[in-house]
Amino acid sequence: MGDVYDNQRAMRQMRKAAMQRGVVAILDVGTSKIACLVLRFDGPEQFKSVDGVGSMAGQSQFRVIGAATTRSRGVRFGEIEAMQETERAIRTVVQAAQKMAKVRVDHVIASLSGGRPRSYGLDGALDVSGGMVTEQDISQVMANCDVPDYGSDREVLHAQPVNFALDHRSGLADPRGQIGNRLTTDMHMLTVDSVALQNLFYCIKRCDLELAGLASSAYVSGMSSLVEDEQELGAACIDLGGGSTGISVFMKKHMIYADSVRMGGDHVTSDISMGLQIPAATAERIKTFYGGVVATGMDDREMIETGGETGDWEHDRRTVSRAELIGIMRPRVEEILEEVRARLDAAGFEHLPSQQIVLTGGGSQIPGLDGLASKILGQQVRLGRPLRVQGLPQAAIGPAFSSAVGLSLFAANPQDEWWDFEIPADRYPARSLKRAVKWFKDNW
Amino acid sequence: MRSLIRRPAAAVPHDPAPSRLGYRYQRLLLTPGFRATMRIGVPILLIASIAGSHFSQPENRAALMAQIESTKQRFQQRPQFMVKAMTITGADQETMTRVIDLLPKEYPVSSFDLDLEETRRTIEALDPVQSASVRVGAAGTLEVRLTPRVPAALWRDGADLRLIDGGGIVSGTVTSRSDRLDLPLIAGDGAEQHIAEALALYAGAGPLQERVRGLVRMGERRWDIVLDRDQRIMLPATGAVAALDRVIALNDAQDMLERDVVVVDMRNAQRPTLRMNEEAVAALRRVNENITTNGAGN
Repeated sequence: MGDVYDNQRAMRQMRKAAMQRGVVAILDVGTSKIACLVLRFDGPEQFKSVDGVGSMAGQSQFRVIGAATTRSRGVRFGEIEAMQETERAIRTVVQAAQKMAKVRVDHVIASLSGGRPRSYGLDGALDVSGGMVTEQDISQVMANCDVPDYGSDREVLHAQPVNFALDHRSGLADPRGQIGNRLTTDMHMLTVDSVALQNLFYCIKRCDLELAGLASSAYVSGMSSLVEDEQELGAACIDLGGGSTGISVFMKKHMIYADSVRMGGDHVTSDISMGLQIPAATAERIKTFYGGVVATGMDDREMIETGGETGDWEHDRRTVSRAELIGIMRPRVEEILEEVRARLDAAGFEHLPSQQIVLTGGGSQIPGLDGLASKILGQQVRLGRPLRVQGLPQAAIGPAFSSAVGLSLFAANPQDEWWDFEIPADRYPARSLKRAVKWFKDNW
Repeated sequence: MRSLIRRPAAAVPHDPAPSRLGYRYQRLLLTPGFRATMRIGVPILLIASIAGSHFSQPENRAALMAQIESTKQRFQQRPQFMVKAMTITGADQETMTRVIDLLPKEYPVSSFDLDLEETRRTIEALDPVQSASVRVGAAGTLEVRLTPRVPAALWRDGADLRLIDGGGIVSGTVTSRSDRLDLPLIAGDGAEQHIAEALALYAGAGPLQERVRGLVRMGERRWDIVLDRDQRIMLPATGAVAALDRVIALNDAQDMLERDVVVVDMRNAQRPTLRMNEEAVAALRRVNENITTNGAGN
């Protein structure tokens, strides 16, 4: 874990360096598309003091000066499968975005949608014995969290302190300077497959870019598509992506749970392709033009030409009614939503005070999805679109870009993670001066 | 069966991805420093190298210099800048001929070729000229206005008689004393350095002025006033004017200088001394003896 800690600290340093230069790229590597935004940090609030997030949720700090999307290649379930292909796709999108921005970017903040994210709730305690809680105590209490054995093939992606409690008072956002005896913390830790992470890392490195941050795409799409009170009172964001569906649960503006279902829009497409015996590209086109999940009588009469170029006239002139298409799509969408429901139930989502569910991602554009989702997930379902950020082109404001926009917000205002706090004293090297200072403080 | 119609080979699906090299090239071109270099540095370098290679040939350099020179000439030779004549005012004929020698001989001449300041300095270096103003006036005339030096005294320097002004600066020579009878004559070693003192003494001579033949600097420290009839007033090194005033007062009271006095020695203020000529001394002695004998006889 120490390695991750140092890696993440190094990435934070890189992010600071990128902020100094004022230009940073956002790379959302998804299963069906790869999006790249180039952000310039020169907004009026850039140099304001860091007291809270600031107005407009902090997104007035930056503006988007370049945006590009390309079809993703070599990615399945949000994980990189064919490195060379993905690398080429990343090169394409980064070059296009750079060209639009007319500036070279060196630092990139990426998101990972696959990698089988797994959430852990940790708690740690520290005896401060009536003293004032210092920054060092906070890092110490987080270091005291008993970390479960999450497996040697996994890496920590997020480790955020969600709650602090001092003696009997819980729900403290910032216990520094308060006086008490026993400081406890709850931490949310998200781990992902280290192989998926390394592949992404390597791909980005091969494109001559420096990784300045990593985030789970479920988390960042929740940040961009949930409104503030939903984040405060409790809500789940369902990011219906191409290869995987991300789930993130927010409470008190902190992510408390994240998961992903390894099914998404591509599975719907492949169902259509298999069911109608048509190529995947045609199936994708039919899905986006005529897809839906609720059939009406009208849909029986609306015939869709599937087309084809086999040379067989009968085969090429086949038609399919929209009701049939919906009949193929609906079971798969239902399956995805059922799976999401199961994950939310397992996470104890029903215990939250508010059970708002927000659907976002490219898959949420299926007509009638909100009706279907409210039958499966509960009554409080809405379709979410990402926050508006300055300079984002019209083509990139749809729900498919919620994780890209969320990554921009993450780049501007990352939440405090474990590695953002001071290094706990016992992690210092043995001859460190700080360690000596701490010894003197403790003994005199 | 082989198809009879030739069709292009199945098109390879276009790969929009840039090659690694192309990608790096694009990134290089988007680097701000590199862009600036390409936009400014390279053109400047190109221009500099072309110009350098062109002018490394001596004939090209010479041609450029000739071009510049002819353009300059054409501009300077415009009629607006030409000086067609000259006028000299405020000097006598002799000085004027000397000044004309210092001015350009041929007209018209471009005013760019005239160094008025230098001309003025050379003209002012002439002895008879105290100051000069040189300017190019209206209608292309070189106007030289001279202020001549006013001689205050004649200075006998060896065999020469020189005109000298109040500052001790020689402004010319005269052949004989009678040319400038209005000026006092000054002689002696180091006399030219104390002209002001000499002139003050001459001015203070008052009623004696017609009789003054000249002033002689003695031993480079004091003045003698030489009067006609070979009379000489020896003045002290300091307080010479006061001493002269005393002599004049004595003269007024007793007509001292009308008598047979050769030298009035005022060098010691406590003890003014007269020297009479020998005949007068002898006469005086005779008279005294007569008086003594007569008195003894009484």
